[in-house]
Amino acid sequence: MANPNRPLSPHLQVYRPQITSILSITHRATGIALAGGAVLFSYWIMAATYGPDAFSTAQAVLGSWFGQFVLWGMTFSLFYHLGNGIRHLAWDVGWGYELDKMRISGWLTVIFAVAMTVLTLVIVYSAADVV
Amino acid sequence: MQMRSHLGRVRGLGSSNNGVQHWWMQRLSGIALVPLSLWFVFSVIGLLINADLATVTNWVGQHYNPVLLILFVICMFHHAQLGLQVVIEDYTRSELTKVTLLVTVKLAALLLCACSIFAVIRLTFGA
Repeated sequence: MANPNRPLSPHLQVYRPQITSILSITHRATGIALAGGAVLFSYWIMAATYGPDAFSTAQAVLGSWFGQFVLWGMTFSLFYHLGNGIRHLAWDVGWGYELDKMRISGWLTVIFAVAMTVLTLVIVYSAADVV
Repeated sequence: MQMRSHLGRVRGLGSSNNGVQHWWMQRLSGIALVPLSLWFVFSVIGLLINADLATVTNWVGQHYNPVLLILFVICMFHHAQLGLQVVIEDYTRSELTKVTLLVTVKLAALLLCACSIFAVIRLTFGA
């Protein structure tokens, strides 16, 4: 029998956004984005097997302003999902469930993701004239 | 009166119809992807931006790069389809939609994974 007093999942219209809930849904969103990134990767590596013409087309697509925009999104998604994934692994071994620790580790994840994305951006645009 | 034991009634009949395997494989592939994805990102940005085909082919075949690339591809697609599976199970209502999406996502992941592995092998050993 269904228990009417059981805990319900948050009702989005009335649920106050919190760092924990925002980071949780961002983990899922970045994961979905990265699945798209996996498809992009397979397109890129397969294009390389089709010869110089197909490969330079792939490089041009990924190097266009829109391609670069998508790749920056992928870069942030990767570092965020990686950082928050490690946060999940810590919870799996029982560490960091207290609310204050959860907030601190959440903000650390955000800082890590932004810093690594900026670092990558700096390395790329200083190493190659891609613009 | 129930004649079956408590264990017998709950075993194997959770809402997902399976046990801990999905959870465990997701952690295992996730742990593997920490070093693999960092290696991949910093290799790609260091070497491959604006690179021509010869540079990329040379990098793919260098040292044990093909092994790392193949492991990266396997873990990435395995992790991706496990994650998308949960998203699909969470958000679809009809059983038909759910099964259709699950089959599509899992077979597409398998196809792209196989193609990417073959591409790595082909770039390593030549046409």
